[in-house]
Amino acid sequence: MAGDPTSSDRRRRRRGRRRDALRLSRLYSFACGGRPSFAGDDDRAASAGSRIGGPGFSRVQLAGEGQPPPDHLAASTSNSISTTKYNVFTFLPKSLFEQFRRVANVYFLLSAGIAYSPLAAYSSSSAIAPLVVVIVATMIKEAVEDYRRNQQDTEVNNRRTRVFKDGAFQDARWKDVRVGDIVRVDKDEFFPADLVLLASSYEDAICYVETMNLDGETNLKLKQSLEATSASLPDDDSFTGFGATIRCEDPNAHLYIFVGNIEIHGGQGDDHQHPLSPQQLLLRDSKLRNTEFVYGAVVFTGHDTKVMQNAMKVPSKRSNIERKMDWVIYLLLFSLFLISVVGSIFFGIATGDDIRDDGRMKRWYLRPDDTDIFFDPKNAAVAAVLHFFTAMMLYGYFIPISLYISIEIVKLLQALFINQDIHMYHEESDTPAHARTSNLNEELGQVDTILTDKTGTLTCNSMEFIKCSIAGTAYGRGVTEVERAMAKRKGSPLIADMDSGNQHFQPDEGKPAVKGFNFRDERVMDGNWVNQPNSQVIEMFFRLLAVCHTCIPEVDEESGKISYEAESPDEAAFVVAARELGFTFYQRTQTAVFLHEFDPMSGKQVDRSYKILNVLEFNSARKRMSVIVKNEEGKTFLFSKGADSVMFERLSGSQSAYKEVTQQHINEYADAGLRTLVLAYRELEENEYTNFDKKFTAAKNSISNDRDEKIDEVADLLERDLILLGATAVEDKLQKGVPECVDKLAQAGIKIWVLTGDKMETAINIGYACSLLRQGMKQIIITLDTADIITLEKGSDKAATIKASKDSVVRQINEGKKLVNATAGEAFALIIDGRSLTYALEDDTKDMFLDLAIGCGSVICCRSSPKQKALVTRLVKKGTGKVTLAIGDGANDVGMIQEADIGVGISGAEGMQAVMASDVSIAQFRFLERLLLVHGHWCYSRITSMICYFFYKNITFGVTMFLYEAYTSFSGQPFYNDWSMASYNVFFTSLPVIAMGVFDQDVSARFCLKFPMLYQEGPQNLLFRWRRILGWMFYGVCSGVIVFFLSASALQHQAFRRSGEVIDQSTLGATAYTCVVWAVNLQMLITVSYFTLVQHACIWAGVALWYVFLAVYGAITPSFSTTYYQVFAGALAGAPSYWVVTLLVSAAAVVPFFAFAVAKSWFFPDYHNQIQWLRHRERAHPDPEASADVEFGHALRQFSVRSTGVGVSARRDAAVLRRVNGGATTQVHHAADSPQQQQVS
Amino acid sequence: MHNVLGECNVSATEVSLSCADSKFTQQELPACKPLLTPGIVIGAFSLIGIVFVPIGLASLSASQDIVELVDRYDAECVSANDKVGFIQDTKTDKACTRKITVPKRMKGPVHIYYQLENFYQNHRRYVKSRNDKQLRYKESSSMITNCEPEATGQDGAPIVPCGLIAWSLFNDTYSFSLNKKAVEVNKKNIAWDSDKSKKFGSDVYPHNFQNGGLIGGAKLNEKLPLSEQEDLIVWMRTAALPTFRKLYGRIETDIMANDEISVVIQNNYNTYSFGGTKALVLSTTSWIGGRNNFIGVAYVAIGGICLFLAMGFVVLYVLKPRTLGDPSYLSWNNENPDQAN
Repeated sequence: MAGDPTSSDRRRRRRGRRRDALRLSRLYSFACGGRPSFAGDDDRAASAGSRIGGPGFSRVQLAGEGQPPPDHLAASTSNSISTTKYNVFTFLPKSLFEQFRRVANVYFLLSAGIAYSPLAAYSSSSAIAPLVVVIVATMIKEAVEDYRRNQQDTEVNNRRTRVFKDGAFQDARWKDVRVGDIVRVDKDEFFPADLVLLASSYEDAICYVETMNLDGETNLKLKQSLEATSASLPDDDSFTGFGATIRCEDPNAHLYIFVGNIEIHGGQGDDHQHPLSPQQLLLRDSKLRNTEFVYGAVVFTGHDTKVMQNAMKVPSKRSNIERKMDWVIYLLLFSLFLISVVGSIFFGIATGDDIRDDGRMKRWYLRPDDTDIFFDPKNAAVAAVLHFFTAMMLYGYFIPISLYISIEIVKLLQALFINQDIHMYHEESDTPAHARTSNLNEELGQVDTILTDKTGTLTCNSMEFIKCSIAGTAYGRGVTEVERAMAKRKGSPLIADMDSGNQHFQPDEGKPAVKGFNFRDERVMDGNWVNQPNSQVIEMFFRLLAVCHTCIPEVDEESGKISYEAESPDEAAFVVAARELGFTFYQRTQTAVFLHEFDPMSGKQVDRSYKILNVLEFNSARKRMSVIVKNEEGKTFLFSKGADSVMFERLSGSQSAYKEVTQQHINEYADAGLRTLVLAYRELEENEYTNFDKKFTAAKNSISNDRDEKIDEVADLLERDLILLGATAVEDKLQKGVPECVDKLAQAGIKIWVLTGDKMETAINIGYACSLLRQGMKQIIITLDTADIITLEKGSDKAATIKASKDSVVRQINEGKKLVNATAGEAFALIIDGRSLTYALEDDTKDMFLDLAIGCGSVICCRSSPKQKALVTRLVKKGTGKVTLAIGDGANDVGMIQEADIGVGISGAEGMQAVMASDVSIAQFRFLERLLLVHGHWCYSRITSMICYFFYKNITFGVTMFLYEAYTSFSGQPFYNDWSMASYNVFFTSLPVIAMGVFDQDVSARFCLKFPMLYQEGPQNLLFRWRRILGWMFYGVCSGVIVFFLSASALQHQAFRRSGEVIDQSTLGATAYTCVVWAVNLQMLITVSYFTLVQHACIWAGVALWYVFLAVYGAITPSFSTTYYQVFAGALAGAPSYWVVTLLVSAAAVVPFFAFAVAKSWFFPDYHNQIQWLRHRERAHPDPEASADVEFGHALRQFSVRSTGVGVSARRDAAVLRRVNGGATTQVHHAADSPQQQQVS
Repeated sequence: MHNVLGECNVSATEVSLSCADSKFTQQELPACKPLLTPGIVIGAFSLIGIVFVPIGLASLSASQDIVELVDRYDAECVSANDKVGFIQDTKTDKACTRKITVPKRMKGPVHIYYQLENFYQNHRRYVKSRNDKQLRYKESSSMITNCEPEATGQDGAPIVPCGLIAWSLFNDTYSFSLNKKAVEVNKKNIAWDSDKSKKFGSDVYPHNFQNGGLIGGAKLNEKLPLSEQEDLIVWMRTAALPTFRKLYGRIETDIMANDEISVVIQNNYNTYSFGGTKALVLSTTSWIGGRNNFIGVAYVAIGGICLFLAMGFVVLYVLKPRTLGDPSYLSWNNENPDQAN
């Protein structure tokens, strides 16, 4: 084992790759009052610290002028990047390879190969032309896309930066930057590569960085160089003779970790290794802000940089329709094979017969006695086999060669329409919807389950400070959205409730004047707080809000207004609140914060500064953050804020009198859907702090696996015996239109699951606010917050805890299922917390869990991690086999967005990561309604009709050719002229079908939204089930038979003109062809339900083109037009019978379908037919009979919402029912015996 | 049908769009949305019926006016039992006289056709067996690609015109007499003008044609250029179906009713090997061409079916007035959704 380094290497590499695959699903942020933390990365960093020099951390390089990169890095040191798929040399083979991965194209390639052999049924050039057209068109598209990427790359590679060379910083292009170079980057410039920060224009060597391009976060991040480097490198000149060795990890994609050390050579004799951390790493493509300049040493260049390592392709997703289409193609190929075999058998028999047993020739005019192998009667079997290949080529018109490219064009245009839709354009943020891939348009019409994030998706993620509890007194009179919803639930008239459903309630006292601040209470505002009994505590409370954070103030120099760059919106809300309440934070340096404070003694604004001694950062385990500050009087304070669960146990027993009242307030706030934090502080003794500082520094500087644990431990010791100040409540407002949208989606039969990291209470309340939950719904709550489990957890027996937890979850799921099965017809809601989810998602329980969840109207998973979100998505996708859509806005949703069939990103405040990973991005959750119900439905119905029609038209054409074969003793003689066949798919029939794919609307947007149940045509796949596909194919066969036999019988052998000429091969072919062109285009006329001028133009252009082709092609020299020379002008145009037959045949081909369509629409209408009828009725009987129609529409509507259990209208229905029945209250079913029986209603 | 005029909300876009543009991008172009209402359906079917039946009747009457005489002679003109042997024997006299009584006045020109059955002129081997360049250009006389096995004569010189089609040229001849008086058959202008002028060269003369070896069919006059060999040109325009007629010539005069036409046939062409029939056809034409009731019957049938459908839908509409748009007709709601993806 140990002696086999290659295999272990490979293993490691493989493991590394797997880690990469999971990487994005591991990213998540804790929006709850702290900076994004990357738990997975933290683990890795902790364990990696001691491994420098080991595998994965082997990089050693020199930095400084004239320090060549080490040999093993030399090859990879170029900083130029290339994101193109192809280059000049690989373009042809690679793109061709891509093309011929499609089975249909392989088939066409093979048949083109046959065309160049003597087996060819018709001329080789006409056989290969359509394939070439299609392939070239696709390749041009690829080339243009790749060229654009190349342009971008070139632009980036040629950007300018300054590299230290020959004793000075000289201009250089990005692509010339090498590992080990020292570069200088000025304000507002991008970093050309991953740099180790050596020094900056600031004395303390800090700099601010904007990472918009990396993670989309707009806030500034602080970086600081090591003192060891910054001290010796004050200016440009100091780099002469500078040299250092950097040892660090190998290139990887983890944005937020960096492990390494630096050793500075040179005169000082300082050969220490100084540890490097992400704090010193400046990432390529991020921007220097608020800093004059920085110096950095290049560590990773080009594709080694973290941003490039992260630039992974979005996994390409294919829609269900396309997957099924492949099967249809296989089916066609199979039938093609079959008829070729049949044809070959007949051909073989006829050929074998040509020489009789007595040696006499039968069809002497074929000279069977002197023939080549292809027609040799003596080897009829061989001839038949060879003929099989001819037939495969000849019947190629069964396969629509242009289908793929047409679909691609159509989808591209559909995507353009989605991008252009003004109803999905968000004016405030100037964001239109954006279909990032056009592959999935029609999948949007088939969504069965939506998995949605809560924060930032259902809610705005713009936090508003709305309430607080200070010293046991609750302040703030604002009413939250959830409270309003609850009030509606309890009291207000229900029909009115319904009617006002579309309005957005305005706050009682008008819109908040300040963003992030919706606090109304005259008791503490405008300095009135000094008159409150607990003014001391209130002062401390406000001061804590103003000091305990990591925001950076930005003072607008003209207006003097102060805004804040914060890492999370709720942190910003706190600072804003403090500002509004008289504690204005206006400046931050490395070591201090500066406030304008209202001084109750003097009654004036005074400036105070607080020296920041330490920041104990937020992380998911700690659930709190603290700062240690020294005020101007020299007193040291620990200010702390955090989740109630961790803060309450840290309070000093004696000095927190109003603990219980505060807890009560916190519960009330949580009930109202607010996010709460507890604020507390403590004054530190001098020696206590010194003691702490020593330990803390030691822990921080340790380079061992458990560094973070040590830091936590030290911090934990200090954050005790805190004095409670109070609690804050911040509202995460529901986005506009969310309840209505949820209602519509529910009516459309789409299931909505909420996956959130929030607390159960908050999640449930948001559930009520957006009407996913309602009174009268039975709630099944699965949780592990039960007494016995908690007791077990406090013990040390981990195995027992796990077992008990698992058992508990299984029991709760089973009980839930029993309940659901026992009471059919009732609406259930399943609420499960993250810890239970861990067990529920295990292999042996997940199917059970899914079963239960499917039986419930709404599902809410709270406290779920990003990985769990992705796992739940996978479970639904795999378990139900239906189409899932995941929608989210944050990095924590990336996993589920990529896992789901369709990922939708909300381009909101939380950055661009979700959008980058998504297939479609929209600005607001409510646009989902239009995206799915209108665009999704349209695209689905268009693409399916288009594909069906494609098969129809090609089968019609193919069948006429096949039938003709029967009359040529299957010899392989094509019915039509070579070039006319080649033009069929490209010119005469493709435009109308593309126009249909782009423009057709079975039902107008208004009615799509009015009758959301229409959407179910997609999830149930009614328009692309085999019955419909085979129906269209069968109809194609019928049309082909009708066209062939009618035209052949009508023109058989008699003269077809007055002058006595008879029909021949070319004239009969041209006539039948004319009939086919007419028939398929008339068919289009019946199929389309939305006739725009474009549609008309395309259909008639298709027909007209055929005549133009006949005329023009027939006019050019006979050596090219061969059999069609003068066939139209000379023979057909002047013959009335040609026109009479055209009319007869095309009508005869269309009438059966027309009759069928009428019968279907009258007696077996699809839902969209119904709506078309309804629209007709509405128009046919305007006002006088409006009442009847309203009733009728109401009936239909009732029908359409009957099956849904959630949504505003379901709530209204339930309410009506309740009023009739005398009322039943919400039953909360706790499957487990929860100690904290919350009564939700 | 109605036009939906979408609201033109230009101010809502930052981009200034003209009204038409925004209607386009918002997919609200004015459009007609045909719906299969009883009125439209019954109207459409009736219209087809009303248009088709008269056309059908007109075609039918045109076809009925045409006088067409078909005389199958392949069996009667061979007395021997071994028909193939008889026809392949070059020495026997193959003349054969047929008498045809004209039932109705035939207005000139009367077209003379020969009709072959079960002859696969559309066989791929046969169709390909010619060289268009050789037929067209004098200097291409040695171009014999595709012509095997009738490419070169025994001396190795190329055959002009080469290939199986020319080689198998029909060689029965007919001479007509009407009431004992010989009738002139006009054999000019029986081929398409385009063929004569562009496909067969006026300076290309037959050469080495039917010279020994296996004789296929008719010989050609080596003095005449190909463009004037109209029988060949007609023959070389291959037929679409295995049963076909080809124009032989025209009798320019009228033929009265009860006139007796006597035809002396040189029965040379071998259709006996492959069991084909031969017939002589005399036919007048009208605007629709030759006699074929099919077009008229089909028109009347389709028109009739449409009228019937129109009536049927009227009856259905009267007897079973459906509340169109009644939700209870949502058929799919009761079915199992198609899960096959």
